[in-house]
Amino acid sequence: MTNASAVVLQQVTKRFQNVTAVDAIDLDIRDGEFFSMLGPSGCGKTTTLRMIAGFEFPSSGVISLAGAQVEKIPAHLRNVNTVFQSYALFPHMTVAENIAFGLEMKNVPRADIKPRVDAALAMVQLSNYGTRRPKQLSGGQQQRVALARALVNRPKVLLLDEPLGALDLKLRKEMQIELKRLQQEVGITFIYVTHDQEEALTMSDRIAVMNQGKLLQVGSPTEIYERPSSRFVADFIGEANFIDGHVIDIGAPYCTVRASNGLELQGILQGATTVGAAVTIAIRPEKLRLTVQSPDNVSTLAAKVEQVVYIGSDTRLTVRLSDTITLDVWEQNNRSTLDRDAYWQRGEQGFVTWNPDNALILTA
Amino acid sequence: MTVVAPDETPLAQQRQQRLRLWLLLAPGALWLFFFFVLPLLIVMLYSFATPGPTGNVIWQFNFDSYITLVGKDLYFNAYYRSLWVGIQTTVICLLVGYPLALYMTLAEPKQRNLLLFLVLIPFWTNFLVRTYAWMIILSNNGLINDLLQMLGFAKQLLYPSAGAVLVGLIYGNLPFMVLPLYASLARFDFTLMEASADLGAGRWRSFWRIMFPLTVPGVVAGSVLVFIPTVGQFVVSDLLGGSKVDLLGNLLQRLFTRSNPPNWPLGSALALVFMFVLTVIVIIYFRTTTEEDR
Repeated sequence: MTNASAVVLQQVTKRFQNVTAVDAIDLDIRDGEFFSMLGPSGCGKTTTLRMIAGFEFPSSGVISLAGAQVEKIPAHLRNVNTVFQSYALFPHMTVAENIAFGLEMKNVPRADIKPRVDAALAMVQLSNYGTRRPKQLSGGQQQRVALARALVNRPKVLLLDEPLGALDLKLRKEMQIELKRLQQEVGITFIYVTHDQEEALTMSDRIAVMNQGKLLQVGSPTEIYERPSSRFVADFIGEANFIDGHVIDIGAPYCTVRASNGLELQGILQGATTVGAAVTIAIRPEKLRLTVQSPDNVSTLAAKVEQVVYIGSDTRLTVRLSDTITLDVWEQNNRSTLDRDAYWQRGEQGFVTWNPDNALILTA
Repeated sequence: MTVVAPDETPLAQQRQQRLRLWLLLAPGALWLFFFFVLPLLIVMLYSFATPGPTGNVIWQFNFDSYITLVGKDLYFNAYYRSLWVGIQTTVICLLVGYPLALYMTLAEPKQRNLLLFLVLIPFWTNFLVRTYAWMIILSNNGLINDLLQMLGFAKQLLYPSAGAVLVGLIYGNLPFMVLPLYASLARFDFTLMEASADLGAGRWRSFWRIMFPLTVPGVVAGSVLVFIPTVGQFVVSDLLGGSKVDLLGNLLQRLFTRSNPPNWPLGSALALVFMFVLTVIVIIYFRTTTEEDR
């Protein structure tokens, strides 16, 4: 991966009447990167994608493609291609005609079109489907045609707007791997919009998390999951326990927080804060352990098991620390036994413990 | 175990289903038979009969009417003029109607309903009254000539004329073009236009390569709905054309009622030949426009 920028957004804002769909976003998407924009519906991710494609024009801000400023250039003159959520295949054309369309529009010589279409069809494993109509294909096949139709143009950047949303779960998982493989093969920058956090984590080199038109965090899947910068990100990606409190000591490497019920807990500070400020401690349920005996550790709290849900790979427990605080604890079932006593039962007492490295103190 | 009633064997069921189908179809079928097929056969019969001296029909069968049709320029010209007026009306309605239907489709839902309503409003007034209104608007002392005069131009003879007929026909038929086009465009997925732009096509190319081919069913339906009634009509050409514009409908009307004596066999022959010509034209039109989508 080179360090050149494929797409740069500077203070890009889009207002519709009095709604601000995208609010002063800065992004730097690198060449050859698989970049995902993740967020709940209405967070502005699709609008951002549409501005990069040229279907919408920003109210203010600058968009650059491969170094050239493009925010006022219409879609048909930009060297990007889009895979639409609905695929948007032309129903009156064959699969091959669909794929050839972009080349025709760019006046590629007729003799060059056919081999390129054939190569594109082969790339998505649909070599024998060129003469079919889109209607005669399954959802997954249509999806691949849409991909071929976009990639045959060798765009600088490929934009994908929730392309797997209409597929069933199994096919979606297959396509995720397929997409990632294709992206690595062609080396084109992919900008992928999704509201599915698992999809984003599986495929992306980097993820941008958005909410309410704002960019909250940009980072690798690991960074986003392990070091969320805000409560929203921690909550939206994966699951997390949240404990509200205020800072009583700022130290290195750990800060101490007094929770609302008086307990003192340690964790790693994300961002800057002052003593006395209100913060949230976030701990992922799989990073918590429930033990019978208390280990000699600061981050240990007595707890009572309230709920036990066995899901095969894990046992998901809900434990109560105090009148106001419960925590979710996911225990991996790494022993094979039918002995009922080997599993936690409702009403049992235990100790919740964690490594303070896994407790994040969030200021936002 | 379930007991199967003897009359519920598949065969009996099938027979019952067929009976039900026939009962459902019967009213329509009977109506069409008595008021369409039968009259058409009678017209066919008339076309081979001999006209009597008082306008009656003498049941002596020959090809005289058809021979007259082929022999006289009058009839050929009427066919030609009718078709030409029909084509002009259809093409202009299409050129005016397509942008209008597109605008309606892209309007906000509230505005869209209002526009649809506005397109339909003329139907609330009798067509004859509306055609008379055009006579007044286009007349020597009408709205347009008054305006011309006010702006310092000379008065123009707008009515009666072939142009006035065309204006009246376009006006009267435009909704029949707009509505099928609107229906077609409302079903059109506008994401396809984005996809087309995304692949490098400008607006004009996107229109011709994507939107137009996919709305051809609306274009065909609208064209047929405008073309067929236009070539056969006689009211508009009578009222707005004076006696100068002789279309097929006017000729037919004269042969059946006004000429002295009326000539029903010739009128019948004229109508049948024209029906045949129209059918052929429409079939060709359907073939050439819808083939691409097969």
